[in-house]
Amino acid sequence: MTFDLGLILGSLPEVLAAAWVTIVMWLASAAMGAALGFVLALLRRYGGRAAAWPILGFVTVIRGTPFLIQLFLLYYSGPSIGIDLDPTGSGLLSLSIYASAYFCEIFTGGFAAIPRGHVEAAICVGLSRAQIVARILVPEMALLVLPACVNMTILMMKETAVLSIVTVPELTLVITAIGSRTFAFAEALFLLAIAYWVLTEATGRLGRFAEGALARYRLA
Amino acid sequence: MSAAQVAIRARGVGKRFGANQVLADIALEAREGEVTCLIGPSGSGKSTLLRCMAFLERHDEGTIEVFGRPMGFGADAARRPLPEADVAAVRRDLGMVFQQFNLWPHMTALGNVSEALKRVRRLPRREAEGRAMAMLEKVGLGERAAHYPSELSGGQQQRVAIARALAMEPRMVLFDEPTSSLDPELTGEVLTVMRQLAQDGMTMVVVTHEIGFAAQVAQHVVFLDGGRVLLDGRAGEVFRQPWHPRLGQFLQTYLDLGASVLFQG
Repeated sequence: MTFDLGLILGSLPEVLAAAWVTIVMWLASAAMGAALGFVLALLRRYGGRAAAWPILGFVTVIRGTPFLIQLFLLYYSGPSIGIDLDPTGSGLLSLSIYASAYFCEIFTGGFAAIPRGHVEAAICVGLSRAQIVARILVPEMALLVLPACVNMTILMMKETAVLSIVTVPELTLVITAIGSRTFAFAEALFLLAIAYWVLTEATGRLGRFAEGALARYRLA
Repeated sequence: MSAAQVAIRARGVGKRFGANQVLADIALEAREGEVTCLIGPSGSGKSTLLRCMAFLERHDEGTIEVFGRPMGFGADAARRPLPEADVAAVRRDLGMVFQQFNLWPHMTALGNVSEALKRVRRLPRREAEGRAMAMLEKVGLGERAAHYPSELSGGQQQRVAIARALAMEPRMVLFDEPTSSLDPELTGEVLTVMRQLAQDGMTMVVVTHEIGFAAQVAQHVVFLDGGRVLLDGRAGEVFRQPWHPRLGQFLQTYLDLGASVLFQG
């Protein structure tokens, strides 16, 4: 038994194409999940009870069930209720929804961590509610939740591997397929692990850089 | 003493948090052009009373008037809650300075002071920042305008907070224990700014533990204990004749504290 990465690297263009799919699925669903999660967090906190309860229910259900089950439900049961998406579409939508629940929770925690006095000071100089949300609460929340968001984004990158099960042509599906074709399973899985690790490390470094650059905008 | 206008008038003000009565039947008047100090032991209700004046807390009973206009509730027996816009209009006469400074950490000192000038007064950026700069210079922080709160000492942050309150040109300023979260050596710079403000004739209501400041600067001192006004009078009368046993005891605590510091050194 030899360990020969050459067997896999012979299919490098295929691997790179799959890496591209992984990165697009990951970043697109992270962006959509964060955007949706932000809207949900705003509604949950400032939209009254009528909004808060359904959102809490949504967050609880999504966070309380495995992502794989959510993906299966959308991909296999979706057509019976008129949602007929291809693997990539299902993957993108389910991953975005999954992420939105976690981002909603992160942003809600961020809003709650802003000292009440910052809002009182804004009220006392006459800022309106909308101005307080836009100028004080959202920027302060964003700075507070940056580390948690980087963490969540890294988790999502690894979660994209689950999409291989519904045949999205991303890294895990393509590299394990090359492994079966060439019988170089060890090499394939090794390369796969390295690829995810590189992406994780790059994201983590970017996050730490951002935190350092933004440190002066935060107290303590 | 001329017949100065009444800046704040509280009548029968009561406030409870749950079963805990924190203010009971408070009556006081703070006059325009004067410094009124609210003193008293911790838990005496003085901060709550000040926060009720700005309607950051709702008083459950009684009325508070700011320059003759009712705050929060209608002045009649029905005590109908006033619309938010009315409360905001009355608040325009007030500036507020907090114990925890409450600067917005993502804005520079200049940004903190100019924010409301830009968004509430709708002044053009250049003019708003010009006025904000003048306010920062007034509190001795002109050269710190571009610093963020995280880059300023506690005393400097509190001076920026004072500049932020003054920038909106309030008719009076409320101070809620402005030096209580500062190191002793930083307390002085804040008190100096406040003393200057008082000399300029600003109407001030100050909740403070700085008995020395109260004795030197205030014209009017109100001593609260257990949610009630125990003493209310001219500063000289209250301090030079602490005939009330509770006040005497309270002041003695401060003298003992000061003395113990001296003797340790």
